[in-house]
Amino acid sequence: MERIPILRIGDLLLVTIQVDMHDRLAMTLQDDLTERIVRDEAKGVLIDISALDLVDSFIGRMISNTASMARVLDAQTVLVGMQPAVAITLVELGLTLTGVKTALNVERGMALLGKDFQHGARSDQAR
Amino acid sequence: MNQTSTAGSVRFTSPLLDAHVHTRRATALPLTGDEHVVALRRLVRERAIDIKLSLVDQTKLVTAASELARNTIKYGGGGEARLIELDDGSRQGVQLIFADDGPGIADPALALTDGYTTGGGLGLGLSGARRLVDEFDIDTRAGEGTVVSVVKWKR
Repeated sequence: MERIPILRIGDLLLVTIQVDMHDRLAMTLQDDLTERIVRDEAKGVLIDISALDLVDSFIGRMISNTASMARVLDAQTVLVGMQPAVAITLVELGLTLTGVKTALNVERGMALLGKDFQHGARSDQAR
Repeated sequence: MNQTSTAGSVRFTSPLLDAHVHTRRATALPLTGDEHVVALRRLVRERAIDIKLSLVDQTKLVTAASELARNTIKYGGGGEARLIELDDGSRQGVQLIFADDGPGIADPALALTDGYTTGGGLGLGLSGARRLVDEFDIDTRAGEGTVVSVVKWKR
């Protein structure tokens, strides 16, 4: 069965959604992600949607619910990389993703979660 | 005019199913499972690109299609979508028609209210889709079915 991969980076989990999400895939991701938060004792989840050209109410609800579930499991979620056209459409549709933190890209998302993306390596260049 | 005769699967009749006066080409797709929603989104995106809709308008139309297709499957018990290319001589557009033989919508005005849902969703499907398109029409009769038609014109 098709699955969206979940990568672990330290105590964060990174999910990059690159396929056109059908409903079952979205539900599978929710199950997999909550499992991994507990198993990996993750403190943060980054959901990268920079490759998604559409977020409809189903996907939006899935993202909101996932963030709520993660919060209950003691992990913070940041939604990163939303395309401008998707943001415009989402708000006009009436979906505001209340309670979901957002960042423009993965690096900023990590910063928001209190992680230094370039920790150790080139900290003098950190913004 | 080049109207398809693939209406076969849906029996509900509605004036909304008559060809738009500016119809150039029509395609019909079944809507019974969520893989059909994905297929429809792809096809709508292709047509929207064909007539050079802006990226924002493409996204709005595809999102409206996704919401309405899901309604047809979830509340209408499945049906079909028609994708129609429009050209009135001065502008091009895309019309999408969603038809089902489901239970119909008891109170369409209420169903078009933000946040109203009978299915445990967010209640944004119909009302949200209406905001994303230029023309929105609905014809529904209890026990017979529902037809929703939307049009997006190239600006």
